[in-house]
Amino acid sequence: MEFRYEIEGGNFSRAGHASSAVKKILKQLNVDNKVIKRVVVALYEGEVNVVAHAEKGSMMVDIDEQRIRIRIEDSGPGIPDIDLAMQAGFSTASAAVREMGFGAGMGLPNMKKNTDQMHVTSEVGKGTQVEMITWFRQ
Amino acid sequence: MKVRDLIDKMGLTLFSGELCLDKEISGGYVSDLLSDVMGNAAEGQVWITLQSHKNIMAVASLKDLAAVILVKGQAPDTDTMAHSIEEQVPILGTDQEAFETAGQLYHLLNA
Repeated sequence: MEFRYEIEGGNFSRAGHASSAVKKILKQLNVDNKVIKRVVVALYEGEVNVVAHAEKGSMMVDIDEQRIRIRIEDSGPGIPDIDLAMQAGFSTASAAVREMGFGAGMGLPNMKKNTDQMHVTSEVGKGTQVEMITWFRQ
Repeated sequence: MKVRDLIDKMGLTLFSGELCLDKEISGGYVSDLLSDVMGNAAEGQVWITLQSHKNIMAVASLKDLAAVILVKGQAPDTDTMAHSIEEQVPILGTDQEAFETAGQLYHLLNA
């Protein structure tokens, strides 16, 4: 099963909609609650990253009997140093975004921690792609 | 303890979500960083924060939190309240600071 959601850059009032829709699907499919809890963290952080940093993006979710694969792609500034971006506490978020309680440099580490595999690719000036896989049988 | 009992015992304001006050409280979490709550809060906890914008409801709902308590007299905007009703997570409020609020909650849950 494949689902695709568009994410609007800069629109914080819609941040979380895609994650919430995927959570509902996983519940309907009776996926183990522990798995849902982890996946939801990764989905939301990925969605917020697009909202906070990019112009636009999309979240593609592919679910089969064994695993969920999430691919988030955006058109945006890209990440010059992915290793640095992965470090807890590192953030390039604006002051306005930080004031809302985002931009603490916890997003990417949270995503890595809550998925079984994560792969980030990025091109400066073009955009970023994040692929995450989580297996249902832990 | 249910959210309903917490409102009575702590004298909290109920901003929204009066139809979902029967959730059982499993604990509390205090943070103003959304990613911290996302990464570390647990189902059924009450989240104490001074953030009052709409995104707190997305986090509270995705994490299946029992309720959110806004401290220092913060009030949610109408968008946040609408989202609270939609997601069935009540928003409560107090004039106290996070320290006192967390202290009271801890005491009530561990009495």
